[in-house]
Parts: sequence; C-alpha cells; structure tokens
Amino acid sequence: MALLEIANVRKSFGSLEVLKGVSLTVEPGEIIAIVGRSGSGKSTLLRCINALEGINSGEIRFRGEPVRQNMKNLRLLRQRMGIVFQSFNLFPHLKVERNVTLAPVLTGKVSKADARELALEVLTRVGLSEKIDAFPGQLSGGQQQRVAIARCLAMSPELMLFDEATSALDPELVGEVLRVIEDMARNDLTMILVTHEMNFARNVSTRLIFMNEGMVWEQGPPAELFANPKTEEFASFIRATKQA
Amino acid sequence: MRAFSGSDLIYLLYALQWTVALVVIALAMGAPLGLALALMRTSRRRLPRYIAMVFIEVVQGVPLLGLLVFFYFGVPLLAGREVAPVIAVSIAFTAYSASFLGQIWRGGIEAVKGTQWDAAACLGITKWQQFRYVIGPQAFRMSLPPTVGLLVQLIKGTSLVSIVGFVELTRAGQIISAATFQPLLVYSCVAVIYFSVCLPLTHWARALEGRLNGAA
Ligand SMILES: Nc1ncnc2c1ncn2[C@@H]1O[C@H](COP(=O)(O)OP(=O)(O)OP(=O)(O)O)[C@@H](O)[C@H]1O
Ligand SMILES: [Mg+2]
Repeated sequence: MALLEIANVRKSFGSLEVLKGVSLTVEPGEIIAIVGRSGSGKSTLLRCINALEGINSGEIRFRGEPVRQNMKNLRLLRQRMGIVFQSFNLFPHLKVERNVTLAPVLTGKVSKADARELALEVLTRVGLSEKIDAFPGQLSGGQQQRVAIARCLAMSPELMLFDEATSALDPELVGEVLRVIEDMARNDLTMILVTHEMNFARNVSTRLIFMNEGMVWEQGPPAELFANPKTEEFASFIRATKQA
Repeated sequence: MRAFSGSDLIYLLYALQWTVALVVIALAMGAPLGLALALMRTSRRRLPRYIAMVFIEVVQGVPLLGLLVFFYFGVPLLAGREVAPVIAVSIAFTAYSASFLGQIWRGGIEAVKGTQWDAAACLGITKWQQFRYVIGPQAFRMSLPPTVGLLVQLIKGTSLVSIVGFVELTRAGQIISAATFQPLLVYSCVAVIYFSVCLPLTHWARALEGRLNGAA
C-alpha cells in the first residue's frame, strides 16, 4: 500500500486558490524533493499533509487513513510523521533533552526513566549528544535544526516532511544539516523535502517534483528531469536557479 | 486616651494577617479562574471568547470598591440567607483578580509565536498538553512582571474591605487612631507596613522585566 496518497487536493486562502488539484502518491522508501517558485504552494502542501491546514476538496490518506479526522485519530497519525520547519521551532524554555523527549514521554512511547537514553540515541544520530543539557538559545542555527530533526526521530516516524530545512541557515551551516538528512535517506526513511538546494535535490531524491501555480507541473527521476525539462516553466526555473 | 505603643504595632501586624489572607484567597481562587478566562479569550470558538470578554469587561468596568459593596450586600440577597462577610469579600476579590489575570495571561499567550503551537501540534500531543508544556510556560514567563504588578494592586486593594467592617491593616489603623488620637503616627506606621510589603514585590517585578527584555 502507498504510504501517502494525495488526490486532487484543492486549498484556498480566502479567494486565493493556492493548491489547484494536487495529486501525488508516495511509496515507502521514496525520497521526494519538491522544488518550485516562491508562492507555488509547496509549504501549504506540506502543512495540508499533517492537517495543520484544512483542505477545501480532494483527499489525503496516510497508510490508507484520511488525515481529515477527529482530533484523537489525527494525533495518532501525527505521531507517525515528523515535520521540520524552516525556522526550527524548538521550544526555547526547554533543554535539548526535554525538547526531544517531550512528545515520546507524553504519548507513552517511552517511560520517563528511559527518556534520557532515547534523547542520547537520537542526538547521537544528528551528532549532538554533547548538547543534551543545553538550551536551544545556546546553539547555532545548524545545531538547532539538527535538534529539531532529532525531535522528530525520537517519535520513530514513518514519514518525514522538511520545509526548506536549510533556508534560514548561514551558508557554512547548511552542510551539516544536509548531511544529517542524507544519512536519514540512506536509512530508508521516507521523506518529502521542499528545498531550494538544487544539487541536493538532484543527488539525494529518488523523485523530483516541480510545483508550479499550485499544481504538480512535472515529476520524475531527478537526473532525467534536470537534463530534459518537458515544460518551458521548469526550464526557465532551472535557468533562474543556476544564475542565483 | 492612651499613647501609641508597641502593642498597637503588634495589633497592626496582626491585622496584616487578614490582608495577606485576602490576597492569598484572591490568588488561589482567582488564578485558576483567570487561566480559564485567558484560555477562553484565546479560544478559536466564539462563544467562550465572548463570555470571557463580557466577564472581564464588566468586572473591570466597576471600581473594586463597587465590587466589594455589590458582593457584600448582594451575595446574601442572592443566597437568600446570611453569608459570612469573608465569603462575600472573597468572591469580590476573586472576580477582580481573575479578570485582570485573565487579561494579562491572555496577552502572554498571544505573545507566544503561533509556530510554537504548530510545532507542538505536529508532535501529536493533545491541545491541553501543547498548552501545558509548550505555550503556557512561555506565556507565563512573559506575563510574570505584570502578574507581580497585579499582586501589588491586590495588596493595596485589600485596604478597601475596611469599608465593610473587616479588621485588616487599614481598619486596624483606624481603630488605633481613634483610641490614641495620633492619626499621623498611626497611619504612617500603616503606610510603612504596606510599603515594606509592596516594595520588594515591585522591585522583583522590575528585575523580572529587565531580565526578560535582556533575554529577548
Ligand atoms: N495562512 C495563509 N493565509 C493566507 N495566505 C497564505 C497563507 N499561507 C500561505 N498563503 C499564500 O499562499 C501562497 C502559497 O504559499 P506557500 O507558502 O505554500 O508557498 P511556497 O511555495 O512554500 O513559497 P516559498 O518558496 O516562498 O516558501 C502564497 O501566495 C502565500 O501568500
Ligand atoms: Mg514555503
């Protein structure tokens, strides 16, 4: 069964239609990179996937279950997918350990006694075990983003969503975060990455999606797509990113 | 006639107990109600928002003295029987502190970035857990200076219950002053006692404010 099925999803903010019938199926193990111009609806699509935003029509199913659900079931679904935001959104009043273990403890995934061990384990995966007792404000942007990733990993998600995880970072900090994401990709975690890092999208993803005007405009294996853009819109998008 | 003496001072300090008791009651009962009001005020649903707004507007639109008198005479009428004055007065103070705490904390909740709600919601924890562990503590930190400020207002506000015959600090001062005919001395003592209770709190609030501004 597909991990995620997005069928004909439409979403408007007031009179502005942002998603104009998006359809997309994600199989387990796929690494999907979504690229596209600013305002094309990439973030909105990710936010619809975990029901942070409602949709106007169409359907989104996670392992066959619609994400438009009563709160209890939605919570259970959200426990199985992680999302990483551009702005990290760590909890500034909590130490790194607590940031990472809050949800696993509250949802009963791990006991209070084993929480620190879990924190150490996921922080080690992102290379930050020594920061377990720091507050987010004491970390660099790249470190904060890696903690945000660890916070998701602690829930053992089946799907990871990344919304421009490196866009808010200084250039010299981008690499450390991308390396962590690459490492997750190698470990067969299914991921949807919205990114502006074209090289990263090309090298890491198994499928590239070009979103334009609220639709999936082109998709396919990244190397092929970059070599042979089928539409003028994607071709000009590639040219524009090369100039930048 | 007698002169103001050490035992009068002890009497004043003793009366301070009632002042403290009223403040403790106002906080102990006003804080949960204030929290409920703040949550209702920031709710996505219209009805709770509206109810909380009306409560806050009405209570804040009446002077504290008016509230005291209203509940002092009103509660026995509504209850249809004698009610201990301390209960009526406590209700008035609870309503007063709840409405202001509700207002202050609402501001704190709204000052926490919406992205914190998003991040917490995405973890699959309940709405209450999101508030309890993520939003609330941050909101409370930001609200702490004005909350301490309100505490000072409450302490000074308790002087008004002397009107309805409570022997708290101010009323005790009146009694001693009448007995000794040394109003200036007596009320100076009363003022110094209020001052020495409130001053550390005021300073604390200012220090908190400075620390929060420094941290931001
Ligand atoms: N909550 C909202 N209310 C109103 N309009 C919104 C809201 N969120 C997004 N939009 C609008 O929807 C459109 C798509 O936004 P979205 O954030 O999905 O684009 P994006 O592809 O992620 O762009 P970027 O690359 O800049 O992040 C934009 O025009 C944006 O202004
Ligand atoms: Mg975006």
